[in-house]
Amino acid sequence: MIEILFFFFAALAVGAAINVLVQKHVLYSALSLIVLLSSMSGLFILLRADFLAVIQVIVYAGAIMVLFVFVIMLLNLPEDEDGADRLRWLKFLGIPLGLFFLFLTVITLWNVERQDIVEAQMAGTPELIGRSLFTDYLLPFEATSLLILIALMGAVVFAKKDL
Amino acid sequence: MIEYLISPEFLLMMAKIVGIFGGVMGSLAYLTWLERKVMARVQMRPGPTRVGPFGLLQPIADGLKFLFKEDIIPTQANKFLFILAPIVALIPALLSFSVIPFGPRLQVADLSVGLLFIFAITSLGVYGIVLGGWASNSKYPLMGAMRSSAQMISYELSLTLSVVGVLMIANTLSLGELVTAQQGTWFGFIPRWNIFLQPVAFVIYVVSAIAETNRLPFDLAESEQELVGGWHTEYSSMKFAMFMLAEYANMLTVSALATILFLGGWTGPAFGPDWLRMVLPTIWFVGKISVFIFFYVLLRSTLPRFRYDQLMKFSWKVLLPLALANILITSLIVAIS
Repeated sequence: MIEILFFFFAALAVGAAINVLVQKHVLYSALSLIVLLSSMSGLFILLRADFLAVIQVIVYAGAIMVLFVFVIMLLNLPEDEDGADRLRWLKFLGIPLGLFFLFLTVITLWNVERQDIVEAQMAGTPELIGRSLFTDYLLPFEATSLLILIALMGAVVFAKKDL
Repeated sequence: MIEYLISPEFLLMMAKIVGIFGGVMGSLAYLTWLERKVMARVQMRPGPTRVGPFGLLQPIADGLKFLFKEDIIPTQANKFLFILAPIVALIPALLSFSVIPFGPRLQVADLSVGLLFIFAITSLGVYGIVLGGWASNSKYPLMGAMRSSAQMISYELSLTLSVVGVLMIANTLSLGELVTAQQGTWFGFIPRWNIFLQPVAFVIYVVSAIAETNRLPFDLAESEQELVGGWHTEYSSMKFAMFMLAEYANMLTVSALATILFLGGWTGPAFGPDWLRMVLPTIWFVGKISVFIFFYVLLRSTLPRFRYDQLMKFSWKVLLPLALANILITSLIVAIS
């Protein structure tokens, strides 16, 4: 049963990811991204990481993507824009970056021990995640929140020229 | 596989799903009747009286009418998204009932992250409105959809933050455990409900919940006087009915959540013979939800609508700081005691 669900969500995720790239209209790309994020959350549930799955939907699919869709609608971008010309060099940067990411993934998966998987499945509850965030990972956690605060203030400064 | 399909657990689960789904759909239909009747009485009108006694068969007549109406899709609309939008609005609205405990054992699934599950699912409901407004390819729906997405994002923050205090007291995210944590009384007569510990959070929650469900006085997304019908201007027939059902289902969900979080869920005095003890918790639960629904309808029939800038200011400058202060004070008290 779990295998069937895994392949269903995995196929959905890969299909949606490809769709994000090939769609001409930005809104369809954004919608495919939502499908991708939701199916990832399904995969997280299969890995017993309920908390992560739910947070994935709340934060990405429910909040950030709504803002994306909102902006796309607000600008009402025309279909099939050729404005990607000035970003042409990014294509060539994309290939080595993609390969590098693939390499990282393979290395990480290569080094995973069976014991790690069993331990990781125990760590999906909100209590344990909260505890480790506020003990072992306190510094990265606080640093991230500071970064987000800086980004927020930066956005306000950009948006409002005269404060 | 076959053995599982005829096992008692599976059949019990199916019975629960069918029962809860049927009950919810039935009460959604009669919510429209209740709303029309109560609003009419507030405004010194009799309301629906012609179809059945007290107009009780009115929802059935309305449903039939929706079914037989012509289903119009505007020629300039984006057909795929236009059809998809009502579905996207309705499915999350109904899914959230799968984790709500209607009684001690009357719950489809008691997830360990049940509360977050509801927040996640309902946050997807906004896409129905946004896509419907955009796909109609018309000015009023687009305006309504943009207003509604801005409004729902803003009020979702205060809604989510308002329940953090309750979570810190109850120390759980499962809706079943949240209810059982509120059983019993203080001093023998005050029920152990979170509303007495978190009155500020309760007010923030109720206000944000009204805004989240796009109801008056926060129904900027479909304000008739400026936007015709808002995001569902171009919708007709069953598609419009699905949007309506989604709105009422969301109303029921937030009322049920308010009951579970602040009013003790299905807790209440149980007495009498065994069968009555079985049924009473569900009756208490439904009764408490009805109070919220009645309050919603009363608000709709009495209050005027907010102006758009007032609405946004109220969320970001009043509710959000208040919710944060509530979390700070609650966590201080929890840490000390």
